[in-house]
Amino acid sequence: MKERILSIIEKNSKISIEDLAAALDEKPDDVAKAIYEMERDKVICGYHTIINWSNTTKEKVTALIEVKVTPQRGLGFDKIASRIYNFDEVNAVYLMSGGFDLTVILEGKTLQEVASFVSSKLSPLEAVLSTATHFVLKKYKDHGTILVSESTRERMLITP
Amino acid sequence: MSIPLSKKVVNLKPSGIRKFFDIVLEMNDPEVISLGVGEPDFDTPWSIREEGIYSLERGRTFYTSNAGLKELREEISAYLNRKCNVAYHPEDEIIVTVGGSEAIDVGLRAMINPGDEVLIPQPCFVAYEPCVVMADGIPVIIDLKAKNEFKLTKEELENAITPRTKVLILPFPNNPTGGVMGRSDLEDIKEVCLKHDIYVMSDEIYSELTYGSEHVSIASFPEMKERTVLINGFSKGFAMTGWRLGYACGPKEIIEQMLKIHQYAIMSAPTTSQYAAVEALKNGDKYVQEMRESYDQRRRFVVNAFRKMGLDCFTPFGAFYVFPSIMSLNMTSDEFAALLLKHEKVAVVPGNAFGDCGEGYLRVSYAYSLEELKEATDRIARFVAYIKKHPR
Repeated sequence: MKERILSIIEKNSKISIEDLAAALDEKPDDVAKAIYEMERDKVICGYHTIINWSNTTKEKVTALIEVKVTPQRGLGFDKIASRIYNFDEVNAVYLMSGGFDLTVILEGKTLQEVASFVSSKLSPLEAVLSTATHFVLKKYKDHGTILVSESTRERMLITP
Repeated sequence: MSIPLSKKVVNLKPSGIRKFFDIVLEMNDPEVISLGVGEPDFDTPWSIREEGIYSLERGRTFYTSNAGLKELREEISAYLNRKCNVAYHPEDEIIVTVGGSEAIDVGLRAMINPGDEVLIPQPCFVAYEPCVVMADGIPVIIDLKAKNEFKLTKEELENAITPRTKVLILPFPNNPTGGVMGRSDLEDIKEVCLKHDIYVMSDEIYSELTYGSEHVSIASFPEMKERTVLINGFSKGFAMTGWRLGYACGPKEIIEQMLKIHQYAIMSAPTTSQYAAVEALKNGDKYVQEMRESYDQRRRFVVNAFRKMGLDCFTPFGAFYVFPSIMSLNMTSDEFAALLLKHEKVAVVPGNAFGDCGEGYLRVSYAYSLEELKEATDRIARFVAYIKKHPR
C-alpha cells in the first residue's frame, strides 16, 4: 500500500486522507497510519509546493554550481558535502559522476547575493578545488511539472 | 426540386448523446463540469507524438499501402501475440483503419447480406446499430442485466439466435457499463457460437483498460480465431483518439473483402498516425501502465462516491466508466441528467443513450483528474440528497 500512496501524493500531497483511501480502496485509518510510518522512517521527508516564482513580484535567482573537491580520507565526499548543504541558501547538493564532484543548487535574491556566497563561503572551503557557476534563465519544467503555460484542453464536453 | 436523400440514412435515429451534448453546449457555462467524455484526459505520451512529428519532418506525407504500413502491421501482430495470445499474419490478416469505428463499419459491410441478423448486446457504444442498418442487416438487441454485471450470458445469447443470425457483436470491456467478460464467460459464448455457426465481431478497443484481471480475447480460443473479427485501436489505451487509428484482424477471406471497401472509401489510414502508432506499440507499455494505474485510482474513488450517495453501482472492471443506477430515485435517466445539469452544473450521459435497457442508469466517465472527480461527485451527492428530500 505504501508505494501506491506515494505514487499519488508524489503528484498531489494536498489530497485528503479520505479521498486517498477511496482511490486506493483502503481504510482511512490504515492510510493515515502508513503515512505516519513513512514520515517517521523518513521515506516521506517533507511536503513542498511547486511555485513558479517568475509569476510573482518576488525576485529570485537560481544557480547551479559545479564544484570540484578533494575527498577526505575515511570520509569520502560526505564531510565536505555536509559543510556545503548546511548553508540555508543551498537548495540541493548531489554527488556526481563525471567531470566534477558536486552539484550545488542555490537560490538567492540577486545575482550579487549568489556571487558573494560562492566567493565568500563556497570557494574558500579548503577541500574545494574549483567552482563553475551557471545561472538559471528560465524554468520550463520543475519536479515533473511544466511551468510554462501549455495550451488549454480542447476535449469536447460530451462524446460517445 | 427534391433533395436526394437516402431513406435508409434519413431513418437512422440521431444519437441520444448528440441531443444531450447540444443541451450542454447551449448552456455555455464555464462552471459546468462534464463527466460525459468518452476519451482519455491524458495527452498522447510525448514520445509517441514526437515520432509523429519526426515522420512529418522526414517528409513521410504520402499514402501508405491500403492495409497500412507493413512495419505497423508487424507490430500489431507482435502486440496481439504478446497481449492477447493470438497470432495474426501481418500480410493478409490485419488491416489498419481510421479508428476502430471504421473497422466496425467496414467489417459489417463485408460480412452482412440483406436480412442477416446481427446480435448487439446493449447497453453499448452507439455506432453498432446504425452500422448494421447501413450494411442492410437487421439489428437484434440483447438487453444485458445489472444482476449479471452486464455480461452476456449463454442463455441470453441462445434466446436471441434465429436461423438468420449471422454475427454477434461482442463489445467488452464495455462502454458504457465498464463490464468485462472473463475466460469462463467467453467459454460459454464460444460454445454457443460454434453450435449455431455464428461469427463474432469482438470490439476490444478498451482491452488495455482492465482492472484486476488481464483482458481475454475470444479470438485466442481454439476454433474461434477463424470465426472472429477482432477490432482494436490506439484511441483509448494509448490516449490517441484524435489520431484516428484502429485495426481489424480476422480470417483472410473477410479481411480481403474489408480491404476492398477500405481501399475505395478511405485509401489508407493517416500516415503520420501510423508512424506514431509504431512507436506506441514498440515503447508504449510503460505509459499505458501509468495511465491504467491512474484510471484504477479514479475508478475506486468514483464507485465509492456513488455508493456513499446510496445509489446502486456495480463495480466495473474495465474501460473508464461507471454505470450507477438511479432507479431508486423514481426518475428517468433523461430527467436526472437534465436536472443535475440545471441544479449542480454537472453533465453525465443518460444511460438510455446506449440502448433502451440503459434506462434508469447514468454513464459517468472517470477520465478526469481526482480533483475534478471530487468536485463533481460532491455536487452529484448534494443533488441526490436534494432529490431524496423532494421525491418525485
